[in-house]
Amino acid sequence: MDYIFSLEFIYLVASITYVLGLKMLGHPETARRGNLIAATGMTMAILGTLFLYKGEVAMHTYVLIGIAILIGTISGWAIAKKVAMTKMPELVSLFNGMGGASAALIGLIEFRHYFGETLSTVTILASVIIGSISFAGSMIAWGKLNGTIKKPLRLPKYNMLNNLIIIGLILFATFMIWIGTGSQLLLYILFFAALAYGVLFVLPIGGADMPVVISLLNSFTGLAAALGGFLYGNMVMLTGGILVGSAGTILTFAMCRAMNRPLANVIFGGFGDTSANEDQGSSGSVKGYIKKTTVSDVAILMNYSQRIIFVPGYGLAVAQAQHAIHELEQLLVSKGIEVKYAIHPVAGRMPGHMNVLLAETNVDYDKLAEMDAVNPEFQNTDVVFVVGANDVVNPAAKNNPKSPIYGMPILEAENAKQIIVNKRSMKPGYAGIENELFYNQKTSMLFGDAKSVIQELITELNGM
Amino acid sequence: MTELIDFISNNIQMIYIVILMIFVGVEVIGHVPAVLHTPLMSGANAIHGVVIIGAILVMLRTEPDNILAQSLGFVAVLLGTLNVVGGFVVTDRMLEMFKKKK
Repeated sequence: MDYIFSLEFIYLVASITYVLGLKMLGHPETARRGNLIAATGMTMAILGTLFLYKGEVAMHTYVLIGIAILIGTISGWAIAKKVAMTKMPELVSLFNGMGGASAALIGLIEFRHYFGETLSTVTILASVIIGSISFAGSMIAWGKLNGTIKKPLRLPKYNMLNNLIIIGLILFATFMIWIGTGSQLLLYILFFAALAYGVLFVLPIGGADMPVVISLLNSFTGLAAALGGFLYGNMVMLTGGILVGSAGTILTFAMCRAMNRPLANVIFGGFGDTSANEDQGSSGSVKGYIKKTTVSDVAILMNYSQRIIFVPGYGLAVAQAQHAIHELEQLLVSKGIEVKYAIHPVAGRMPGHMNVLLAETNVDYDKLAEMDAVNPEFQNTDVVFVVGANDVVNPAAKNNPKSPIYGMPILEAENAKQIIVNKRSMKPGYAGIENELFYNQKTSMLFGDAKSVIQELITELNGM
Repeated sequence: MTELIDFISNNIQMIYIVILMIFVGVEVIGHVPAVLHTPLMSGANAIHGVVIIGAILVMLRTEPDNILAQSLGFVAVLLGTLNVVGGFVVTDRMLEMFKKKK
């Protein structure tokens, strides 16, 4: 059998596994198998490309490729296996950046080879630009998620500046194509300008919006991969890339819908509005006093409640308190108290973050209540226990049109009879804004690390 | 202009694939519960690691004595592998959590 036929056949099978895998990822029962199927297809495609390539290749090239794949596999595997559940979102961003960088590098190298062919050059320059933006942007998103980059940084008039840069990038690339240049210097200028744009594009966006940004950059990388496929006439790159580009875009919109904010608002800045900054800038802008409470008070309160709702947030993930809170839940249930978890779709750092985290502890599926289902129940609830969540229970989203999160659906925890908020400190949440819920008359603050606080609660409750 | 028309006629199959794949992507993602958004994004992230095939092709095609191209290609393959392997493994770990319950 002709080898070309078999390589193309492998690519065909691989493409099918991507579609199938992605489809299966959409259902809880088949998700894991879907992922394995896509991974198998990918392995086949890679091995096929390596071993069925025709043409003269120096031995040392094969050795180099082998070494690169070996290092990449071992370190990728090790990082992904070792990382804590809480760190997974930023890892996705990191790996996404790697893919973007890879696409940009391909463009950088191939530019020379396609010198003079207009449409190939268009493809190459586009892949350099998109790949670089995806890489630089993902690195910033990664930094923001792991806390290296804390505050959204904004240059003056950053929106206009960013738009100017992207227009400049496109004009510059068009110019390069127009004069049919083969200049490596111009190519690298374009490369670095695109990197700079990636950084400036993500820097002003608040950390709470990073999932959306990562999803968007994810589809960018898919597009960059597809451009590579176009360049080489390589079907598996084309199908895989376009599939992710299109699926990623839809996913981005789905996430925006979950937050009730249009994409443009995420990118160009509800969070950057000066009016919002004036209103929310200083910590003294919300009036009132906070009430502190103690573990034993909370334990007593819970002991004599009938219905309790937990509202977990990123703080729970950071403190690795998912097992502790599950234990607390079981203890309370054994005392005949009704306990539920109210899950906000964007609680944590990614949609579904809390579900993944709590699933780890075998929390009963029925106890995880979605936002729309649980919101009417708050008024009949004795105690809401907010653990490390902040923006998702901020009433400002409902009643302060000036707030940057105005319009985002929230968990209406303020309707409960008593609200206990566990936080490490009074620091504002990821959106960087004050939360008036903390100043509510019904609210008591229970400061401390989520895990140790919950463990103390368990000890107290056990003694009752 | 003629170049564009030539391009379309020469690559008509690829253009079909692009258009159909866009719709497949949209269909595949439609109506996925929010719970699965993160693993889904992670899985899609792994799939665009297919860019590694381009990186391998670059390495196979460049002149063995072009040190710059070879080193950039090396880095591209390395990063692409990280994307693929890390992407699939981290997705699997996320989904492992889902499987245990029930």
